[in-house]
Amino acid sequence: MANKQHTKAKTMQSLFFCIATASVGILFMIMIFLFMEGIPLFKIVSPNDFLLGKYWYPTSDPPDFGIFPLILASLYVTLLSSVIAIPLGVMTAIYLAELASPRVAEIVKPVVELLAALPSVVIGFFGMVIVAPFLQKTFGLATGLNLFNAALMLAFMSIPTICSLSEDAVYSVPTGLKEGSLALGATHWETIIRVILPASVSGISTAVILGMSRAIGETMVVLMVAGGAAMIPGSLFDPVRPLPASIAAEMAEAPFRGDHYYALFATGIVLFLFTLLFNIVADFISHKYRQVGEASL
Amino acid sequence: MNEKVKDKSKKNGFKMKSENLDFFYGDFQALHDISLNFESRQVTALIGPSGCGKSTYLRCLNRMNDLIPISRVKGKVLLDGENIYDPSLDVVMLRRRVGMVFQKPNPFPKSVSENVAYGLRVNGIKNKSFIRERVEESLEKAALWEEVKDRLDDSALGLSGGQQQRLCIARALAVEPDVLLMDEPASALDPIATQKIEELIHRLKKNYTIIIVTHSMQQAARVSDRTAFFYMGKLIEEGETDTIFTRPKLRQTEDYITGRFG
Repeated sequence: MANKQHTKAKTMQSLFFCIATASVGILFMIMIFLFMEGIPLFKIVSPNDFLLGKYWYPTSDPPDFGIFPLILASLYVTLLSSVIAIPLGVMTAIYLAELASPRVAEIVKPVVELLAALPSVVIGFFGMVIVAPFLQKTFGLATGLNLFNAALMLAFMSIPTICSLSEDAVYSVPTGLKEGSLALGATHWETIIRVILPASVSGISTAVILGMSRAIGETMVVLMVAGGAAMIPGSLFDPVRPLPASIAAEMAEAPFRGDHYYALFATGIVLFLFTLLFNIVADFISHKYRQVGEASL
Repeated sequence: MNEKVKDKSKKNGFKMKSENLDFFYGDFQALHDISLNFESRQVTALIGPSGCGKSTYLRCLNRMNDLIPISRVKGKVLLDGENIYDPSLDVVMLRRRVGMVFQKPNPFPKSVSENVAYGLRVNGIKNKSFIRERVEESLEKAALWEEVKDRLDDSALGLSGGQQQRLCIARALAVEPDVLLMDEPASALDPIATQKIEELIHRLKKNYTIIIVTHSMQQAARVSDRTAFFYMGKLIEEGETDTIFTRPKLRQTEDYITGRFG
């Protein structure tokens, strides 16, 4: 009897092991595929020309495969969206964890998290139909589909991530630290600034980076509202073509295993490396600067 | 300032006192009609079994319980004759005069010296040399200076538990309170660290009024001048520590002290 149970436990263990390996294995194979389809490009274009080339004319004759404008577009859009999303997300988190009455927090928290459930195509649609004409009229622009619009929409998408992860970080600062500060005659506000925020800074940084990583990889929104011009932007209101938008827009028309096709996969590799870098940094911060709690004795 | 405080407390007779203090968590009454006096420059120990209300009572004395949204206080707590629950009283000022040391050492994730300077900084003091002097002075008062003088800029979290607790005492002393509340300050420490804290309490009572909650009867007997025994949210008996431990008036007190319950 005992032996039978033992066998059963063993079987279950192997089953779960296989499932876990399969998921990791599939992801790994996708990665291999990405590299296999992208690397042949470098027989035609040097990595240097590919990364730093200023012209992206994949269908001209001869074609130009320089993704520098696309990289810049992605970075600018992500950066600008963080500039908008970080203060909003972190301040909302502090409000929810520290200042809001429990009843208000109970309502607002799920609402913020609900924002994360909005499909990106809906956000993109909103950006196209509402924000773009508004920007165009207000600032007298040639087009409302531009860097600023894309950054704004991406900010909406990353705020829920930044906010809910930061909220967890702020909330998990031990009560002991808070009480210690208040008992020394610090006001609630001083306590937030001088104790709670420094104690949760690693959690907040992780939240910010994960939010940014979501923004840089986001495709649908930038495809719809960024404007799509593969040029180095001269102002906030120039149309741009971030990396994922370029891949999504062109993949259908690129001839299978042609140079253009390889170039798009190589763009995918670059994008992958960006998000990988973001995630590694987030992981590093959350491990190295682990949230410090009360004294462990 | 200090002179004035002394005069006041003389007139009043007591540094701090509570009059008919009731405390409620929602509908639950945690403290019943507690009237207790604390003499200046004496150590008063609050003892009693877990859940008897002694910590709750202690936290009423610097209004730490204000943080609990559903709590309610009735009655008065007087500090130098002034009701600390008076709506016009500034809680921040109160907490600067009534310092607190917690059960678990809770140093901030900052350097040793920044921990001690914290109370000064939130008080708006910016003078660097003044802060440095006060940090040294406070660490000396807390009998920690010798051990940390070469690592003032290191993180306080690298100190041992006992050192951390003395750091928390130094931190409380730096803002020059009149009263020091200690909530089982040694319960998380080993015997040697505990002994150091007790020696420290002995030395500090020359200048401070100390109220200490403790689980350990021996500790109460060793460090305090007066002892108050709490049970089920009520103050059962209060008096000179010697009397309470040798000739308690009430049977309940005797049973607890001799270890028959609790």
